[in-house]
Amino acid sequence: MSIILDKDSKILVQGFTGSQGTFHSKQCIDYGTQIVAGVTPGRGGQTHLDRPVFNTVHDAVRNTGAFVSMILVPAPFAADSIMEAVDGGCSVVICITEGIPVLDMAKVKRYIQQIERSGREITLIGPNCPGVITPGQCKLGIMPGFIHKPGRIGVVSRSGTLTYEAVDQLTKLGLGQSTVVGIGGDPINGSSHADILAKFEEDEGTDAVVMIGEIGGSGEEEAARFFKDKMSKPVFGFIAGKSAPEGRRMGHAGAIVEGGAGTHASKIQAMREAGITVVENLSEIGETVAKSFKPLAA
Amino acid sequence: MKLLEHEGKEILKARGVAVPPAGGVITKTAQLGAAMKRAGKAPWVIKAQVLAGGRGKAGGIKLAKTPKEAKEIAAKMIGMNLVTHQTHGQAIKVKEVFVEGGVKIEREMYFSVVMDRKNAGPVIIASAQGGMEIETLAEEHPEQIIRMPVDPNVGLRDFAARRLAFQLDIPATHTGEFVKTTKALVKAFIDLDCSMLEINPLILTPKGVAALDCKMTTDDNASYRHAELAKYKDHEATALENEAKKSDISYVGLDGTIGCMVNGAGLAMGTMDTIALAGGSPANFLDVGGGANEERVTKALNIILKDKKVKAILINIFGGIVKCDMIAAGVVAALKKIKLKVPLVVRLQGTNVEAGKAILKNSGLPIIAADGLWEAAQKAVAAAKGN
Repeated sequence: MSIILDKDSKILVQGFTGSQGTFHSKQCIDYGTQIVAGVTPGRGGQTHLDRPVFNTVHDAVRNTGAFVSMILVPAPFAADSIMEAVDGGCSVVICITEGIPVLDMAKVKRYIQQIERSGREITLIGPNCPGVITPGQCKLGIMPGFIHKPGRIGVVSRSGTLTYEAVDQLTKLGLGQSTVVGIGGDPINGSSHADILAKFEEDEGTDAVVMIGEIGGSGEEEAARFFKDKMSKPVFGFIAGKSAPEGRRMGHAGAIVEGGAGTHASKIQAMREAGITVVENLSEIGETVAKSFKPLAA
Repeated sequence: MKLLEHEGKEILKARGVAVPPAGGVITKTAQLGAAMKRAGKAPWVIKAQVLAGGRGKAGGIKLAKTPKEAKEIAAKMIGMNLVTHQTHGQAIKVKEVFVEGGVKIEREMYFSVVMDRKNAGPVIIASAQGGMEIETLAEEHPEQIIRMPVDPNVGLRDFAARRLAFQLDIPATHTGEFVKTTKALVKAFIDLDCSMLEINPLILTPKGVAALDCKMTTDDNASYRHAELAKYKDHEATALENEAKKSDISYVGLDGTIGCMVNGAGLAMGTMDTIALAGGSPANFLDVGGGANEERVTKALNIILKDKKVKAILINIFGGIVKCDMIAAGVVAALKKIKLKVPLVVRLQGTNVEAGKAILKNSGLPIIAADGLWEAAQKAVAAAKGN
């Protein structure tokens, strides 16, 4: 079991024939991911990486039955691509693209909310994220597949390489992962920490969750509230950015402490009060999980 | 990017928002006379152009009733070190002041539009209590703050602006102007991809409504579609930060002694935190990015070394798409060009890690290798202390 993706996920890639699209799609295919189609406007009818290319998401979905989209389209066009994926019938959209204007994402959120009111359920992951991987089954994103190992720990994070660091620690201690989700580092994104915690709580294949956050916003505080009210599985939390100064953006558009909100201290406090096990030292995430949580055989 | 008050006001004025008569920005008192002439009759307001809020209380905003008084104020203000509640104890040197004509104030209000993460869109924050710091107001009188979400596809509708006017108790004589002004402010926020537009205070004058101050922050991700903003400089970024940006390196200078080079923003922050936990202090945040190559590594090292506070460097790379052997080769090549006088700790992990470590080891360069992050941080801290 897993969340969001498994071995049966049929996937199309938007921006399939670009250099990024080609490189990362190939890595995913080599991992065993079922990429069944690509979308690049104007290149419909061609074949790329042994997969058919379509002009539109609609055509790709109709002809291949894909219901998941991975987006590797340049930032100025990415918001439109997300809406095209949803309009074309995809229920899961994973947007890797970095640098999408926040206002564009505000409009995308409204668009998805409107579609969801008609009864469809949409899961948008990202943008500005490494993607999602269910180890041993499906890798959809830019993360290195080999550091992961199938297992029963869920991981959710706002950052890419920080997630790899945590996953690597887990894997080296024999703790495999059910699914690893990068929700992205932007101020407005598709899924929140709490949204992913809810999925892990329901997943029979997940026994515990590692939640990696960073300064800025209130996503971790909301996740802590969700944990307290609705969650039975243990959660281990780490927040990056304790030593970051206020008012300065730390790489990610979302990683900024403004007007005293979104501080490291407030997130740590919210997690502690909710009963989440807080890990202070990044290099001890794996050990802490291993110590306090004895995993069942994967 | 954060814009200075006079830049924001220039933008708003062109978009139909009334602002006080501008006399321009000056850097020397010799320019004052001309600026006052442009601003019109007495009195004049002289305002320090710095990015921090709370200038008024700190002495960065003064009213001058006579030219003599104006000269005294300007002479004192230009070059002064301003410490406000938003500068975190540090002083900002005032390099330029803005000269404005005084306007008659009948009432002061607070008005801002911010990109709200929770509502995933713009939200208006307004209060009949103007001039006060919104942080203080939110703490002491949360009931006096009005929050109104805005649909980014539509902007502020007439009825919503009217509702705001009634909530703020705007007199009937000024409602029309208030609606026009607030709609223009929200439109500016959306049109220019702002993340914040704060007018504190928004005022009622005998004739209408005007913006007495302006704090505008725009979204860097959207700068490609705003040619009109290209002429404004990023006042916050240091020369080093701008230099890094040109090479697609994300760099923020800090106060510590350990220079950091990391791939990925989250891991870069995590590395800084680990250094702090190990008893050291990071000299910078630096994300070399996903496409780090020899050129980028060389550039990043050069930037780190320009900071004279740096006593040791820690390179922490988690190879994913970026391969460790490529980074190692980049570090070795860079060190052949740069004469390194401070100790360098390198921690590689991930894709092709063994090949990467071998390259470093065989280079014969005095690189301190580390396997784990904690070990790397401890070695860097010890090296920075000269141990």
